[in-house]
Amino acid sequence: MLLIPDVPLWPKEASTIAPHTDALFIFLCVVTGAMALFIFVTIFYLAIVYRRRPDNELAQEGEAPKFLELAWIVAPFIFFMVCFVWGAWLYFRISRVPDNALQVYGTGKQWMWKFQHPSGQREINELHVPVNRPVKITLASEDVIHSLFVPAFRVKMDVLPNRYKTMWFQATKVGRYHLFCAEYCGTLHSQMVGWIDVMEPTDYELWLAGGSEGSLASQGQALFQHYACNTCHTEDKSGRGPILTGVYGSTVALNDGQKVVADDNYVRESILNPQAKIVAGFGPIMPTFQGQVSEEDLLKLLAYVKSLAQAASPSAVASPNVAPPATPVRRQGKGK
Amino acid sequence: MTSVTYHDVRLMEPAKTRNYLNVDYGFFSWLLTKDHKRIAILYMISISVMFILGGFFAMMMRLELLTPQGDLLTSDTYNRFFTLHGIIMIFFFLIPSIPAVLGNFLLPLMLGAKDLAFPRINLLSWYLYIIGAFVGLVVIITGGVDTGWTFYTPFSTQYSNTHVFGTTLGAFIVGFSSILTGLNFLVTVHRMRAPGLTWFRLPLFVWAIYATSIVQLLATPVLAITLVMLMFERVAHVGIFDPALGGDPLLYQHMFWFYSHPAVYIMILPGMGVASEVVAAFTRKKIFGYKFVAFSSLAIAFLGFLVWAHHMFVAGISVYSAMIFSFLSMFVAVPSAIKVFNWTATLYKGSVSWQTPMLYILGFIGLFTIGGVTGIFLASLGIDVHVTDTYFVVAHFHYIMVGGAVMAYFAGLHYWWPKITGRMYPEWWARLAALLVFIGFNLTFFPQFILGYVGMPRRYHAYAPEFQVLNVMSTAGASVLAVGYLLPLIYLLWSLRFGPKAGPNPWGAVGLEWATTSPPPKDNFHETPAVTWDAYDYPAFLTAMGETQHV
Amino acid sequence: MSDAPLHGDEHEHHPFLQHHFEDMGQQHEASTLGMWMFLATEILFFGGLFLAYAVYRTTYEQAWVAGAQLQNLKLGTINTAVLISSSLTMALAVHYAQLGRRLATFYCLVGTLLLGSGFLIIKGIEYHAHFVEGLLPGPYFTWHGPMAPKVELFMTFYFSMTGLHALHMIIGAGLLVWFMWRTWRGHFGPEYFSPVEIMGLYWHFVDIVWIFLFPLLYLIGRHA
Repeated sequence: MLLIPDVPLWPKEASTIAPHTDALFIFLCVVTGAMALFIFVTIFYLAIVYRRRPDNELAQEGEAPKFLELAWIVAPFIFFMVCFVWGAWLYFRISRVPDNALQVYGTGKQWMWKFQHPSGQREINELHVPVNRPVKITLASEDVIHSLFVPAFRVKMDVLPNRYKTMWFQATKVGRYHLFCAEYCGTLHSQMVGWIDVMEPTDYELWLAGGSEGSLASQGQALFQHYACNTCHTEDKSGRGPILTGVYGSTVALNDGQKVVADDNYVRESILNPQAKIVAGFGPIMPTFQGQVSEEDLLKLLAYVKSLAQAASPSAVASPNVAPPATPVRRQGKGK
Repeated sequence: MTSVTYHDVRLMEPAKTRNYLNVDYGFFSWLLTKDHKRIAILYMISISVMFILGGFFAMMMRLELLTPQGDLLTSDTYNRFFTLHGIIMIFFFLIPSIPAVLGNFLLPLMLGAKDLAFPRINLLSWYLYIIGAFVGLVVIITGGVDTGWTFYTPFSTQYSNTHVFGTTLGAFIVGFSSILTGLNFLVTVHRMRAPGLTWFRLPLFVWAIYATSIVQLLATPVLAITLVMLMFERVAHVGIFDPALGGDPLLYQHMFWFYSHPAVYIMILPGMGVASEVVAAFTRKKIFGYKFVAFSSLAIAFLGFLVWAHHMFVAGISVYSAMIFSFLSMFVAVPSAIKVFNWTATLYKGSVSWQTPMLYILGFIGLFTIGGVTGIFLASLGIDVHVTDTYFVVAHFHYIMVGGAVMAYFAGLHYWWPKITGRMYPEWWARLAALLVFIGFNLTFFPQFILGYVGMPRRYHAYAPEFQVLNVMSTAGASVLAVGYLLPLIYLLWSLRFGPKAGPNPWGAVGLEWATTSPPPKDNFHETPAVTWDAYDYPAFLTAMGETQHV
Repeated sequence: MSDAPLHGDEHEHHPFLQHHFEDMGQQHEASTLGMWMFLATEILFFGGLFLAYAVYRTTYEQAWVAGAQLQNLKLGTINTAVLISSSLTMALAVHYAQLGRRLATFYCLVGTLLLGSGFLIIKGIEYHAHFVEGLLPGPYFTWHGPMAPKVELFMTFYFSMTGLHALHMIIGAGLLVWFMWRTWRGHFGPEYFSPVEIMGLYWHFVDIVWIFLFPLLYLIGRHA
């Protein structure tokens, strides 16, 4: 980090994306700085050489060559297109979540950030992550629009109510980095700040082991029974609702002929607005749980449904009435 | 008759005529006037008051930001102040400024017309502005609003405890002022040009105002209806934009920015028009590439409608959508670049004077260039992810709106002051003020680029301690800037009584407005002029003036 | 003409020529162009509502169909016929004003006003029926049917769009009364009829908006 007596002139570079963002930024600074300097110098030069004097009150005949017009349309345009292509490439990299990313869930609410690790750890305004591992955070807001911003990682994403969005990063340096809310959200918007703690893998494992209420998925399974979801969504075809084992991530055929991928938002919508998409062969009988299930509970149910996708191998089909899986889900991220 | 040289024109005694200022006295002769020149003065006074009010909120914010903690104002108060600063400056100062003051005064003069096409609608525009401003003032006095000038939902519809309805009502009303002004200008340019004044003989200021008016006409109604829906949702709690009730907050953002992006072109295009006039006058040369500059104004107006979602790159639009808007945003920079290069090229073989209007415009060109290129930064998707919603954006738009538009407004005020008032302002005080504005401005806003990149978010009442030094620098600059703005208020008012009287063409510039007395008579010209010269054609214009001026 | 603006000096020109114009031709062209531009702003103003309507139509298709089915097709159709007829009388009024036929112009304007008022009355009847059924969005929404919250959203659009339209008709009606007075006083003739003409443009525009509203709010998906 560049520091002149305690004045930060450059943010820390602590993610895989950061050097790329900085490279494009520096390129932009250099080229636009040169363009601006060229204009300023030319103006000063011309304004001095052709300053008004008694012998040139009415200016001279002649003007700059016309071809210059074309030159300064084409040249800037080419430069702008380079910026577009480079910026778009970078944006793609920022948006494409790697498959093997460690999943963290989070919600933003006025005026705090709540994070939940799959293994059950909960954090408020602080997020511990391992270094050199891609981490993806799936977020929704409990009230207004917020935005999760980590300057050192050069990533930012608006967090919306009633919709899941996922952002990712891979931290490259151990340390503690600012986390800010970057979308104005009311009175304490500027206090909705926190820290990302990037740790060595071993330290991270130690930290994770320090107590939890059970994995997110197992908490979700408890909720699944609590809300009586299991009475319709049984393990076999006898239920009135579709079987959920293996659903997450698959393509689902709906009763109007459409096919959709069962992603995070699909699961969420199925719970809150079940009539919106009805699976082919089933009727519109599922009641809505809008107003009954909190954002945090929704995340746990989501984690549970996701875990059913992985438990779709023959030997591990768990019946809803059996105790939750004994193996801690923290192994989830390390290869499939 | 001998042809009149520049010297003769400059030294001509101002005639003691009846002009628009002294033709009628009394309160109602002003409040019920249909004269575009008087309406321009009414606007000038009104927006100056709003500028001071908006500046007060800015000053309070900068004072608070001297320290990292929120210790001067409560969070709620600070949030109201930044919201009100934005709303007042954008809707009640910048959008009207050059069009409603300089455009109103000059358009008929530049076209050789007696007035605008619809003088009574012009007066109505001003009254709508006053009513909207009054509603805004009532809102401020009774507690203000804290949603940010962008009114994002669902915060503004379901969560804010402040006067959202009142504020959006005020903005709605003042929007119609803008629409009617644009309509008036468009019809005037189409139908009321003097004989011989073809489109490509028009001053570039007219082209700029014309393009601005297109945007005012077509973009503002979309904001109006969006605010109506916002008000409806706030009152009736239906789910148009509120996700908890099934609505889409992104729909609000799309509709809001569909106006608010073109709105920024409403704010800068007229400034570019002033720049063309001042550069031509103070180099005594035709603007290089006249047609390119004219068409650039139209291109900016058109392209400006196609780029709105570059305000939403991290908001939740698809990656492909974002790419399209980034691509289009690159296009809109090209016509602006053309103008800057063309103004620069005009200086070549010119006769360049460094008087106050030119100083302001040189500042404008420099600062607009910086603001404009930082727009390229923001249009580059990967960079925007990092700097959006930070002080980088704040610096970017202040460079364009303050370093650009406000400086152009001051340039225009000084340039046409003799025409409007019949008096000259004191040149050395004016140059000092211009210098203070330039220095103060850069000191205020350049550190904000750095603050943004190192990660300070915007709309923050309190901030991380390491950001303090840059914030202190910024506040120091703001104090200098404030002095720079205060000086003209004083010396311009002083000049009304004590400034030397001005002749019809103190600058020796080309344009129909300089072919009549300073101040002009009520009907602008004693007889309808016929135009035989091209735009900025000094020799032809001076010859034509020589034939009609009575020495 | 005694209703013309006061003139301090005697000079040859049409009594209704405004002084900043060179001649009646320029004045006529300016007012017509001005009205067309105003209508452009109106298209964008209504357009915002139409856009939001279209977005939610794709999101909540079934509720939109249900909402359309809650509308009174008979009254809507009658209203469409009434409004189109009023455009006919308005067009005739412009025609007669150009010919200088004072009484014919007057009666056509009266006809337009009556038909327009008829439209508003029928609309009022529809609104009242909706209110009684509990379909007014907001705190008075007491309708209990399937997809009620989304039907409430449909009704929000219904009331906003038809309400904005009705507001424009009320303003049009007021303008019609004013022009009826001016026609009676004999202000219009072959050299000066542009106020009636631009009134006609405005009225036709309001009619066209209804031509869009009627299918969107009453007809689409009705047979789904």
